[in-house]
Amino acid sequence: MPKADIAAAALRTVLPADCLLWREEDRRPYECDALTAFRRLPALVALPRTEEQVRQVLRTCSRLGIPVVARGAGTGLSGGSTPHEEGVLLSCARLNRILTIDPLERIARVEPGVPNLKVSEAAAAHGLYYAPDPSSQVACSIGGNVAENSGGVHCLKYGLTVHNVLGVRGYTIDGELLELGGRALDGPGLDLLALAIGSEGLLMVTTEVTVKLLPRPPCAQLVMASFADVHSAGNAVAAVIAAGIIPAALEMMDRKATAAVEPFAHAGYDLDAAAILLVEADGTSEEVGDQIAEIETVLRRAGASTLKVSGSEAERLRWWSGRKNAFPAAGRLSPDYYCMDGTIPRKHVGEVLDAISRMESRYGLRCMNVFHAGDGNLHPLILFDANDQDSWERAERFGTEILELCVELGGTITGEHGVGLEKLNPMCVQFSPAERAAFAAVKEAFDPKGLLNPGKLIPTLARCAEYGRMRVHRGALPHAELPRF
Amino acid sequence: MSASLDAVLGELRERIAAAQGARRALRLKGAGTKDFYGETLAGEVLELGAFSGIVDYEPSELVLTARCGTALSEIEAALSARDQFLAFEPPAFGADPTIGGVIAAGLSGPRRAYAGAARDFVLGAKLLSADGALLRFGGRVMKNVAGFDVSRLLCGSLGTLGIITEISLKVLPRPRAEETLRLQLPAAAAVESFNRWSAAGLAVSGAAWWQGGAWVRLSGSPPAVRAARERIGGERVETARAQAWWQSLRHAQLPFFAGRVIWRLSVPATTSPLPLPGDPLIDWGGALRWYADPPGEVAIREIASAAAGTALCWRGPAPQGRFHPLPPALARLQRRLKERFDPHGIFNPGRLLTD
Repeated sequence: MPKADIAAAALRTVLPADCLLWREEDRRPYECDALTAFRRLPALVALPRTEEQVRQVLRTCSRLGIPVVARGAGTGLSGGSTPHEEGVLLSCARLNRILTIDPLERIARVEPGVPNLKVSEAAAAHGLYYAPDPSSQVACSIGGNVAENSGGVHCLKYGLTVHNVLGVRGYTIDGELLELGGRALDGPGLDLLALAIGSEGLLMVTTEVTVKLLPRPPCAQLVMASFADVHSAGNAVAAVIAAGIIPAALEMMDRKATAAVEPFAHAGYDLDAAAILLVEADGTSEEVGDQIAEIETVLRRAGASTLKVSGSEAERLRWWSGRKNAFPAAGRLSPDYYCMDGTIPRKHVGEVLDAISRMESRYGLRCMNVFHAGDGNLHPLILFDANDQDSWERAERFGTEILELCVELGGTITGEHGVGLEKLNPMCVQFSPAERAAFAAVKEAFDPKGLLNPGKLIPTLARCAEYGRMRVHRGALPHAELPRF
Repeated sequence: MSASLDAVLGELRERIAAAQGARRALRLKGAGTKDFYGETLAGEVLELGAFSGIVDYEPSELVLTARCGTALSEIEAALSARDQFLAFEPPAFGADPTIGGVIAAGLSGPRRAYAGAARDFVLGAKLLSADGALLRFGGRVMKNVAGFDVSRLLCGSLGTLGIITEISLKVLPRPRAEETLRLQLPAAAAVESFNRWSAAGLAVSGAAWWQGGAWVRLSGSPPAVRAARERIGGERVETARAQAWWQSLRHAQLPFFAGRVIWRLSVPATTSPLPLPGDPLIDWGGALRWYADPPGEVAIREIASAAAGTALCWRGPAPQGRFHPLPPALARLQRRLKERFDPHGIFNPGRLLTD
């Protein structure tokens, strides 16, 4: 009997009939996450409703040696929940209850399938909210946020998922319960909570998350500043931080990005500016007033050609709408776009933009740039046509060159989207064989049989060797001074 | 890196290789200010203080990178000169620990409940591993999700996974304004108020209770501090006295800490007064409860567990171990991790996990 049939028979004994999908047409919707370039049909899809069913699925798959890939809402951009052809795709979508909200303790206990924004909506009655706000927050799930250590536009002040999650409850592939962290602020032993967050579904499957809730700031205001060149915009970012200001958000868009979004978002961006900055202050109205005044002074001194302060909530949201529509705008300009996610020390922003601009002409592709500038997190959007194989290959090489530049400048290949399948090759550049072996050791300690989300996050030695050969074979390495492994 | 630092690193590698070969334990030591912390001290002492110095500090990047042997005082002085600080307020216990020791212990001071813990500020680390390889995890940037978050795992690992040779930390600008209020309140009312003030978004950066009174520190922009003061009330404490008090709390130097036996209970912030004899010292807005010299028969661990927390025997005899026992599945997992990083158990064996 084929393995999938054995697995289906075994899973039918632990799951109700409507919790298991085996027909091809039912499995098809799960073949990819938001990284649509990678598609694989899972052998089976499990849709448990309870924690006990999750445990049973895991135990069953462990016993039969069947790979398991957990999936939240499928909004991930790096292929973290791309299925395994011979495995079970374990969807957490039906584990979607908000279990408790404690307004005095400022925590919520939620199941992993709860969408990010629902937590804030449920907490709003108490004047509280959940701070991490990835752009997909309407849809993306808390379980997925834990797996990816998701960020958003407010990370500099409010942190990433790892700073806003107090506890994770879940199961190993063997169905063993792990309760990491909790309502107390620290506990004995190694900090496995920090390790589990951002582990991309390779270590455990989350069944419950305890998140920190923060009081919603009563007031927020946005400054929009135009700059005549990208370097002065980059320097202005550093100047804001150097002045001792931690804004609630500090975003940057280049002219290609503003020009792309303006026709349909009508955000009111200055299309003559080489780059614009959006700098937000939040807090009490008096506090915000003081900080906005200070931000204006710093930006003016840093060479801003125009400065505007949002005069109303409607105006603030309109300015944000442009930034938040950057990805859809890329989709309107081009049949496909490839979103990068490198992070660099802030001071190199101008230099990286120049380099990207040179790469555009070299690869014959356009690239629009939106940045979480306060975090040094870049999202260059490379425009290409997936139906044209050559265009896709150029886009991939273009993206890889950007990421290698990020590593060279002391940064990283992924700030918030994760490695998944997509960035396995750049992982060979950022990490030495011994470092990758350490990641593999962590994986083995949790999952000795390698059944949870296999083939993601950690590239094999062979893959890195092959990648190294390929890069050399194609001619001059873009950064010959980098160590190659 | 200078030749002398290369030599230090070379010596460390030799000591590791020798220990590996002879299956002998090494006891990693920075300034030795936290020898009291953890389970057992075992092995030949391996001094790490010589591998020191700030590698990089750029205030506009909010990142400081230093070698493990760098004195905390040196780092705090460098930050202070640029009006920045370590927001997790690492305790120094009246001495001058190394930054490697600070991160290996992973302890945080009074601001922990408001600004975050030591691990929240770790951006990257270098680890000298059991086979002598220098591994780099994380980096010097604010956001980094490439690979497992091993640098944060190292924070609080008490040197059991290898030698943390270099650390990159996120630093923050010092608050523009800071002041401290004193209120006479019973413990239960104080804990409830601490939580209510935080839920209301007041700019609290420290909330402690001792001997019938609450100490509340406010930090932030001047209007935020003013608004919080008006809302909370109480009596303003003169700046020097307030700073001295918070420093004594941070470094565990209040007279309370003269106790012969000290227990530290980490519990949810809203926990009602615990059924333990004697008055606690409360920190972290209610989330940390210290008890001195409890009668021997009191079941502290059970009481902490019942409150969804844990109890650490900070000082005094600990026949059952200093740390709160881990559930068996977690203990097994931690042991497997330790074995993967340190197969021959040469780094600080028994310091974090008892066998």
